Amino acid sequence: MTTGADPGAGPLLLGVRHHGPGSARAVRAALDTARPRAVLIEGPPEADTLIPLAAEEDMRPPVALLAHAVDEPGRSAFWPLAEFSPEWVAIRWALEHEVPARFIDLPATHTLAWEKEAVEGTADDPEEATADVRIDPLAVLAEAAGYDDAERWWEDVVEHRGVGAAGDPLAPFAVLAEAMAALREVYGSGGHQRDLVREAYMRLQVRAAQKEFGDAVAVVCGAWHVPALSERTTVAADRALLKGLPKVKADMTWVPWTHRRLARASGYGAGIDSPGWYGHLFRAQDRPVERWLTKVAGLLRAEDRIVSSAHVIEAVRLAETLAAMRGRPLPGLSETTDAVRAVMCDGSDVPLALVHDRLVVGDVLGEVPQDAPAVPLQRDLDRIQRRLRLKPEALERELELDLRKETDAGRSRLLHRLRLLGVPWGEPVASRGSTGTFRETWRLRWEPELSVRVAEAGGWGTTVLAAATAKSEADAVSAQHLADVTALAERCLLAELPDALPTVMRVLADRAALDTDVGHLAQALPALVRSLRYGDVRGTDTGALAEVAAGLAERIFVGLPPACAGLDADAAEEIRRHVDAVHGAVGLLGDAPAPGHGELRGRWRAVLKVLSVRDTVPGVIRGRAVRLLLDEGELAQDEAARLMGLVLSPGTPPGDAAAWIEGFVGGGSGGGMLLVHDERLLGLVDAWLTGVPADAFTDVLPLLRRTFSAYEPGVRRTLGELVRRGPGQRGAAAVTGSGVPGFAVELDQARADAVLPVVRLLLGLETEDDELVGVAR
Amino acid sequence: MTVSVDPTSETTRESTPTEALRPHAEDAFAAELSALAAQDDRPRPARWKLSPWAVATYLLGGTLPDGTVITPKYVGPRRIVEVAVTTLATDRALLLLGVPGTAKTWVSEHLAAAVSGDSTLLVQGTAGTPEEAIRYGWNYAQLLAHGPSRDALVPSPVMRAMAEGMTARVEELTRIPADVQDTLITILSEKTLPIPELGQEVQAVRGFNLIATANDRDRGVNDLSSALRRRFNTVVLPLPESVDAEVDIVSRRVDQIGRSLDLPAVPDGIDEIRRVVTVFRELRDGVTSDGRTKVKSPSGTLSTAEAISVVTGGLALSAHFGDGVLRPADVAAGILGAVVRDPAADRVVWQEYLEAVVRERDGWTDFYRACREVSA
Repeated sequence: MTTGADPGAGPLLLGVRHHGPGSARAVRAALDTARPRAVLIEGPPEADTLIPLAAEEDMRPPVALLAHAVDEPGRSAFWPLAEFSPEWVAIRWALEHEVPARFIDLPATHTLAWEKEAVEGTADDPEEATADVRIDPLAVLAEAAGYDDAERWWEDVVEHRGVGAAGDPLAPFAVLAEAMAALREVYGSGGHQRDLVREAYMRLQVRAAQKEFGDAVAVVCGAWHVPALSERTTVAADRALLKGLPKVKADMTWVPWTHRRLARASGYGAGIDSPGWYGHLFRAQDRPVERWLTKVAGLLRAEDRIVSSAHVIEAVRLAETLAAMRGRPLPGLSETTDAVRAVMCDGSDVPLALVHDRLVVGDVLGEVPQDAPAVPLQRDLDRIQRRLRLKPEALERELELDLRKETDAGRSRLLHRLRLLGVPWGEPVASRGSTGTFRETWRLRWEPELSVRVAEAGGWGTTVLAAATAKSEADAVSAQHLADVTALAERCLLAELPDALPTVMRVLADRAALDTDVGHLAQALPALVRSLRYGDVRGTDTGALAEVAAGLAERIFVGLPPACAGLDADAAEEIRRHVDAVHGAVGLLGDAPAPGHGELRGRWRAVLKVLSVRDTVPGVIRGRAVRLLLDEGELAQDEAARLMGLVLSPGTPPGDAAAWIEGFVGGGSGGGMLLVHDERLLGLVDAWLTGVPADAFTDVLPLLRRTFSAYEPGVRRTLGELVRRGPGQRGAAAVTGSGVPGFAVELDQARADAVLPVVRLLLGLETEDDELVGVAR
Repeated sequence: MTVSVDPTSETTRESTPTEALRPHAEDAFAAELSALAAQDDRPRPARWKLSPWAVATYLLGGTLPDGTVITPKYVGPRRIVEVAVTTLATDRALLLLGVPGTAKTWVSEHLAAAVSGDSTLLVQGTAGTPEEAIRYGWNYAQLLAHGPSRDALVPSPVMRAMAEGMTARVEELTRIPADVQDTLITILSEKTLPIPELGQEVQAVRGFNLIATANDRDRGVNDLSSALRRRFNTVVLPLPESVDAEVDIVSRRVDQIGRSLDLPAVPDGIDEIRRVVTVFRELRDGVTSDGRTKVKSPSGTLSTAEAISVVTGGLALSAHFGDGVLRPADVAAGILGAVVRDPAADRVVWQEYLEAVVRERDGWTDFYRACREVSA
């Protein structure tokens, strides 16, 4: 058997754990000692031409090799590399020493084709499968060593080994290779036949390199593959294994990566939970625990927590004692985290979450050089632009879309998705002609910098759809305000991102549940209901949306009455607007009830009733509630008049009464017509107004002026005439008659009939007579 | 000058352990402690009865190589106990934080018993705890008759722990007035207790340490000064992790309390208990048990201890005024009282919870109606 300890007898095999800082350091030491003439790395060989880019100034890890099928950008695979990845260290070493570096894993042409099979055939995802194989042998070794956690065992044995420890830098690889060989003897391929194919390909590549460079070749690969690579097999046998592999045309490029996304499992096996901690272990020259805790202290100080050097000292002591008690050679992440919690965070997990987010995972963002090949997102965009016959032009132009047409709907979706991705190619503008919901007008203009934006957005996904979905989900999670999330939901519907919608809805429901400001909720509801209607127009499934909207409405119903107490004039006016908005929204929502939320309208009316009679509620809101109930037919006119009489009685402060009137008949709510037609209400207002004391009159005047000046001139004139004529002229009929107040006792049959054809025309259908009577009223 | 404290001043125990209503931890579990000590071959810090590892085993339970079974004293995350024990070994003082009913006192008693073999060096913190309770007092008859001397001095439990290298305990640290709390700063940082009246001091010997417990959710407590806080490593004892664990704790305690109050046994209370625990957990965690809906949390603590009192109250109601079966109506009023502590804000929280969560849940209709009745 060939091991790394004996460089004369074959290639130098360096078995590593992907993204292991200890492995990375060991690889560098081993390469420095052995000084091979070529470095072979586990990875897709299509990326060989991309290797020199790694030496460029503006290439900063974490980055990822991205392979994607040329004619199907959605199918892709990533090989992320952090600065502490052994593979990255090997690439950089080769470039620095001007030694050729090559990737020797099975070409992405085949692996992508496998993925296709996996998606179309069984549910077995090849990436996940390989991850399993890599974790399992560790678990077996860890169990043999008496550890219950494989990761921790690996850390203790490999990653936390002293920095610059004396001894042969190749020895650890030899030991590891032996251990893996013992495992492979028992477990074989670990139940994953594809690994055998990959290993056959790797063997062939190693042999080819040996022919070219002799034995001075170093191979950096997952520890699991080391025994297979040192196995003696015939070339013919290996070639046989590689026969008839499926193929797709694949393309590769570098894309920037982030620490957060390193946690995702893809390409190089299992994701890692703590890239920031690993990066620290890799960079720290000595005393990693002390340096780490000092970093933590710095972060907490920047967030205004009092953390002194004494805290750091105590935390180090606690971490070390904990490690000793748990029988570990050095404090690991769990020990330092426990120490930080107990010493620096007063036992609280809240600041600890910050430490985890900023340091343990970290905000590190990678960069790739400008001249890296184009990202697949750009290709996908090109394809869609061709298909929709929508050319990017620098000249500004307007585009009218009719969403009922397939192509136009596609264009609209594309533009909305690009906007979500921060590529504002089109700006929606107000339609000039039609106002139908099926029409959209866009102003289009492609500026060169938009190509850069597309490249930046390439990290979100390989197709416009996937990228927009991922971006929306991330935006929803990081959104600050409830209204932002609602707006996002609306845009998701417009851009037709059904996969993003569940996340956005969940965030929306969570935000709504925790928001204590009824105003925010009331602002969010109308937008949501609007989205619901858009969704209907576009035939999207809006079941989840309706449910969230109904839930939001429920919360408003509960929270509104208490929120109306103790308001000043401005705040009361704002709530009045919210009441109006919610009323409109509930009306629309009532048409599309969500399961379990049945009678929303009924409950809203109950809330309005509560508002209308509660004395602590400001007059303007009470007046508005009475008016809405009156319009709904929930409140008889007699009752409305009684409430009005109560408010306008001498006991009420004139200011409050004037506010009530404003709420009741103010603004553009058509209140003027109500007063024109209901003599009794007008009489009440008139009587009250004449009874207002002189000194209070100047106070209420501005309010009254605001109320009545908003009326149409015709209404104002009629009202003035009615008042001049004085009460009782027409009122006598209304009071003595048994009909509707404000109307004649007898229906004027001839005049009523004359209206009917017009009403029919307006409604566009033949309807039952009694319904028409209801409408005419 | 360093002097030792006269051992005769030790409080004599009035009763033997077997007669005591509630024996001390070191007496109740004497067999386990001695078995652990016999098997324990790991290094022990000075004056510790057991090694840190054995102390952790004593609290968390386990089986020794010779087959002795150690019962678990604390059911919860292993990490917490390990950090607590390690803290005591590093001569930093330990502060156990948590809402009422999370076994703070229980853990502190067992830690002291396992580490020092004595859990009685205890200062109970109250609003009226004087400085003498933490430092030392005087025997005034002696003082008047013979003048100031060591004989006239009455040492506090903390002073005795310092002199003998034992573990002292301070219960409800945040209830103690701030100026009295700060007496501890010298003790914890300088590890000495000066006696200016005699021109002497008591120096802590190796093995001395202090465990304090405090409640972090109560109002009207005296927050620790940052100088004092810095002397402590803080461990927060969490509420039970799963519904099942909490239901188990509640029903067991309710059973015990019910028997001591001579309440008739109620047959099928477990459903109602589960419901109370579910409501408490959901409001406490701010998310429904299926993890799908978030809810607001009220201002109250809603600890397990409160769930126990709600169920006990409900049992009393059903036994004395109802049909002897625990029904939703029996616990509804109790839950309302526990949840709505702040009449304005909490009421909204509760009603939202009722409307958004309870109303929709299968099989909770009776409960919803009962709650609506008492909330209206």
